[in-house]
Amino acid sequence: METFYQAMRRQGVTRRSFLKFCSLTATSLGLGSAFVPRIAYALETKPRVPVIWLHGLECTCCTESFIRSAHPLAKDAILSLISLDYDDTIMAAAGHQAEAILDDLIKNHKGNYIVAVEGNPPLNEDGMYCFPGGEPFVEKLKRVSADAKALIAWGSCASWGCVQAAKPNPTRATPVHQVILDKPVIKVPGCPPIPEVMAAVITYMVTFDKIPELDRQGRPKMFYGQRIHDKCYRRPHFDAGQFVESWDDEGARKGYCLYKMGCKGPTTYNACSTVRWNDGVSFPIQSGHGCIGCSEEGFWDKGSFYDRVTSIPQFGVEANADKIGFTVAGTAGAAIAAHAAVSAIKSTMLKKQDLQPLDPATSAQNKDKNEEKV
Amino acid sequence: MKSYGFDGNAPQGLGRKVTSVYVYEAPVRLWHWVTVLCIITLSVTGYLIGKPLPSVPGEATFNFVMGYIRFAHFTAGYILAIGLIGRLYWALVGNHHAREIILVPVWDRAWWKEFFFEVRWYLFLERYPKKYIGHNPVGQIAMASFLWVAVFMCFTGFALYGEGLGTKSWAYQGFGWVISAFGGNSLTVHNWHRLGMWSIILFVMIHVYAAIREDIMSKQSMVSTMISGFRMFKD
Repeated sequence: METFYQAMRRQGVTRRSFLKFCSLTATSLGLGSAFVPRIAYALETKPRVPVIWLHGLECTCCTESFIRSAHPLAKDAILSLISLDYDDTIMAAAGHQAEAILDDLIKNHKGNYIVAVEGNPPLNEDGMYCFPGGEPFVEKLKRVSADAKALIAWGSCASWGCVQAAKPNPTRATPVHQVILDKPVIKVPGCPPIPEVMAAVITYMVTFDKIPELDRQGRPKMFYGQRIHDKCYRRPHFDAGQFVESWDDEGARKGYCLYKMGCKGPTTYNACSTVRWNDGVSFPIQSGHGCIGCSEEGFWDKGSFYDRVTSIPQFGVEANADKIGFTVAGTAGAAIAAHAAVSAIKSTMLKKQDLQPLDPATSAQNKDKNEEKV
Repeated sequence: MKSYGFDGNAPQGLGRKVTSVYVYEAPVRLWHWVTVLCIITLSVTGYLIGKPLPSVPGEATFNFVMGYIRFAHFTAGYILAIGLIGRLYWALVGNHHAREIILVPVWDRAWWKEFFFEVRWYLFLERYPKKYIGHNPVGQIAMASFLWVAVFMCFTGFALYGEGLGTKSWAYQGFGWVISAFGGNSLTVHNWHRLGMWSIILFVMIHVYAAIREDIMSKQSMVSTMISGFRMFKD
């Protein structure tokens, strides 16, 4: 089988460009310069790992994002770096030809290929809501994954479910890790994920032949280890207490923090504020709109994109923690006032009764007691 | 029959005996008032973290409003948590009143009987309250729930705090699993943490009212007991 280096030379890449590419890859993975020769060595000696890219219930925004990767260039990633042997959206073959390639891959590279999944399988009606190539996607996913080395869940669809899994989720769209239980699933969430992140994750996996270090939820720590908020260039305004109060105010023009406009940066793990988008041109907050938290679990069902203390659908359409809190506290306050009033009346009544002798006998007793005391 | 409180009955006429019992030891009282200060600080700053104050003018370099508010919140959170640990320790080594708000005897029929008696007393259906050296059963339940909510607030609080400190921090290592337990989106944890704050505010309202009311109506001291440690029975 061809190595990465051979494939790149075949593409007309010079040795010099190849080494440059190795240093760039090391940099984008956050590795030191000592790793450059190691990457070069690996690319020169290792056969390219075949990648099968499956498309389930999705919108193809992950692919659209991936083909715009600038570091490494998508062209390099697809043609040289990985051996993307099956991707029904961008491959030249179609129909039976394409499916034949898939069958061959599974047979010839048993236990050695990586399955990248874009979108997720809907489980309702035996998976009939997604039916590519004449079989339900859930079955295709299970069949292809059975002999895979590892799975990459591209985007929020494959990682969490995304919009098709939002309430009430009529097709029962289910994230990949809940369907494929016996293989490692690397989540690369985002709607779509950042192209450079996608390319770097897949490069890391085929270069080092291992899974990147993952966090508790199965995301690569190198890109999902921090929140947007932690590296946001508007963070100083947050700490200073300078916020955009409405879309057209002075603060918005000055580039203040978008926290009050519902920015989900403080609860979103992604690399947007460092890697940015479109070859590092910008990202949502830089364009003046808050983060909507698209790489987080269930972000469609977590209330409005435009408030921080956000709505809690379980308590009604317009309820949020503060509205619930004020209502409960107000009700309790009124109840306490009423209770106190009744207590006061009752107490006065009882006192009067208690101080009146009930009959001469007890009266006499009390008198005795009083005298004792004195 | 075993009984937790003793019968208050009718006051015996005009003459009032005053007896006093030592109930709350110094560490318990100290914990109580430290927690009071922490809750006030945490609620005010916590509210302002979710709904910040109006923007301050000037350069970001010379302002740190949100920073100070969060600093106060985190510091008070630490103190509250350390206080809770201290309080749980004191439940082990202190007198039996130090235990009664942690270990509620819900398995005991007699306790439930008195619980419903207290409910009736609060609903004005009983003429005289029972007297308790420590907490009455309704108070016990309320205090125990508060403790659990406070523990919940510490867990969710430190989980959210760990997000800011980073994945290598002790808070993330120790409490990061809380976020996964809530489904993985920490926005959910923020919401629950805020609902927790409101439930503590609700508790404080009822707690303060009940203490003052009992102080007046059941002829035993409440408020001063938490200062001096002695409960006075005024008849």
